[in-house]
Amino acid sequence: MISGSAPEPAGPADGLAARLSGAGVGDAAYRTAITFFAVAVPILLLLIAWEVGLAGWPAFRAFGPGFLASSTWDPVRGVFGAAPAIYGTIVSSILALVIATPLALGVALFLSEFAPPWLRQPVAFLVDLLAAVPSVVYGLWGIFVLLPVLREHVIPFLRDTLHLGATPLFSGPAYGPSMFAAGVILAIMVLPYISSVSREVLLAVPRSQREAALALGATRWETIRGAVLPYARSGILGGVILGLGRALGETMAVTMLIGNTHQISSSLLAPSYTMASLIANEFAEATGDLHVSALMAVGFTLFCLTLVVNALARWLVWRVTRDAGATR
Amino acid sequence: MFVVALGLVACAPSDRQASDTAAGGVAASSGVALTGAGATFPYPIYSKWFSDYAARTGVKINYQSIGSGGGIRQLAEGTVDFGATDSPMKDEEMASAKGGPILHVPTVMGAVVATYNVPGVSQPLKLTGEVLADIFLGRIRQWDDARLAALNPDVTLPNREILVVHRSDGSGTTYIFTDYLSAVSPAWKSGPGTGKEVQWPAGLGAKGNEGVAGQVKQTPGSIGYVELAYAKQNRLPFASMRNASGEYVQPTIESVTAAAAGVAQQLPESTDYRISIVNAPGKGAYPIASFTWIILYQNQADAEKGQKLLDFLRWALREGGSSAAALDYAPLPAEMVARLEQRLGTVTLGTRA
Repeated sequence: MISGSAPEPAGPADGLAARLSGAGVGDAAYRTAITFFAVAVPILLLLIAWEVGLAGWPAFRAFGPGFLASSTWDPVRGVFGAAPAIYGTIVSSILALVIATPLALGVALFLSEFAPPWLRQPVAFLVDLLAAVPSVVYGLWGIFVLLPVLREHVIPFLRDTLHLGATPLFSGPAYGPSMFAAGVILAIMVLPYISSVSREVLLAVPRSQREAALALGATRWETIRGAVLPYARSGILGGVILGLGRALGETMAVTMLIGNTHQISSSLLAPSYTMASLIANEFAEATGDLHVSALMAVGFTLFCLTLVVNALARWLVWRVTRDAGATR
Repeated sequence: MFVVALGLVACAPSDRQASDTAAGGVAASSGVALTGAGATFPYPIYSKWFSDYAARTGVKINYQSIGSGGGIRQLAEGTVDFGATDSPMKDEEMASAKGGPILHVPTVMGAVVATYNVPGVSQPLKLTGEVLADIFLGRIRQWDDARLAALNPDVTLPNREILVVHRSDGSGTTYIFTDYLSAVSPAWKSGPGTGKEVQWPAGLGAKGNEGVAGQVKQTPGSIGYVELAYAKQNRLPFASMRNASGEYVQPTIESVTAAAAGVAQQLPESTDYRISIVNAPGKGAYPIASFTWIILYQNQADAEKGQKLLDFLRWALREGGSSAAALDYAPLPAEMVARLEQRLGTVTLGTRA
């Protein structure tokens, strides 16, 4: 940018020296500024973690490892254990990914490989629009539309037609608000993230890749399976991870649909709890010091869980990329 | 949210300092507005009072309905001039407040009703506290349970499972409801107990009055609890409760005020008004009712603000009752208003705690 096409009024040597010394000051200032901004963000993150961890410390000290393992959450007597919320957070997010990933991948494959060009943009736009719907609207829609549909059609179908009622996963009474309902709403909410990233990645697969497979006599399906998907694997995984991050932290819609009950049940139809819902529900009215501290400790645990999951995901993406690099 | 909360805590010392300086003789501008924070339940009536009072006197009062817990925390830190709460402060909370002794001033009353969805039942169900507690303890599981049928001989109750729906968010409504269940049921008192959040033995949690009402409306066989005002405005069915004198009472403005009147007659002179009016004695008293309080420091360090706050509270006690009923809040009984005005006379202005 500095060299540009500016006219050079003085002799070559003078001009160059002048410009270099001037640029040195500007460069240094610029470098300092961007370094400051770049460092500020991680420092802010660490500060937040530090403050939340510090505020949660009394609860960790009072209950020890039992805080993560106990199922008792009794604000009246000041006994706190977050195991059901931790369990609910992980299971509802995994459930969301199990439902959303095949759907999102299907949408992405259809749009990148099969859809006629005139259909691509509108469908992609509509799917992306799912990400723009506010969380509380999903929650309301969930209460008034999704829950009755699940209760009256989907759950009877799963239980009676598919005979899943005998398995522990779908046993017990089905009132509506449940881990299953939370998983379904989360699946709808993370679907646009996964499909959008996957679509971009699939579209970025070089044409030569497909043509090579077709030239070898592969069918369309064999081309996708053998040439396109492996190429896009790490990118798709990245999209799934993005969805997982969104699912772990989602609060409002889940709070409205999960039934908010401190219990670990093998049945997906039983109400459950998540860490984010717990904080949202109780923080405003928590007065006891230990209660506030316990909620902060839950916040810190959620923070750590998200960090661990993201680190794992990075490692997974890195490994997949490396393996793919080795085979190519 | 954490950052904001921490920021408020961090501001506290400097705010205290500022008000102390003002109390030390530096005249503040006459346009000083009062700030308050706390309970969401009385917010509609408080904002009506604040706007009426501003129109009359020009004194602006800024109120943030952040929840009772937040109100107590902010008053304890001295970041607001007054707080508001649906459950009285605990002794240890009072002791840790930075500005000295705290007064509780009841303003209006609210009631909690049991709302239900029982197919085929049209007239109000009759319930006693013991039966209600056993339903919420998960001990009575069927609508055609013998004890329910005995209370409602004219009603054909279906052979259906009962689904309990409770609040998932911390709430004054839950406080009043569990306070009542603790008062009438030893099993409840030694089990879940009284609180804005408790460890529920049965059922599932829904967020807010609207969440509980929505879940009950949608699920045949369910029972939940909501504020009286919310139930009336949304035309939900609610149960008649048997009170301490054995009558079945429908929740109304009058029956809630009657509950306070019954308690007020028996109040000792020295009361600090941190009192519960659940299961109140007296004819026609609805048993699941409670005051909501404005809380303030007995020593108002800033004399000017303190005077404005007292003027407002006196006005609200005298004039506020009439607008309360229109918004489905029960006004205080007349004999209590006089005693509360006397109590406001104990507030001191401008002295250091």
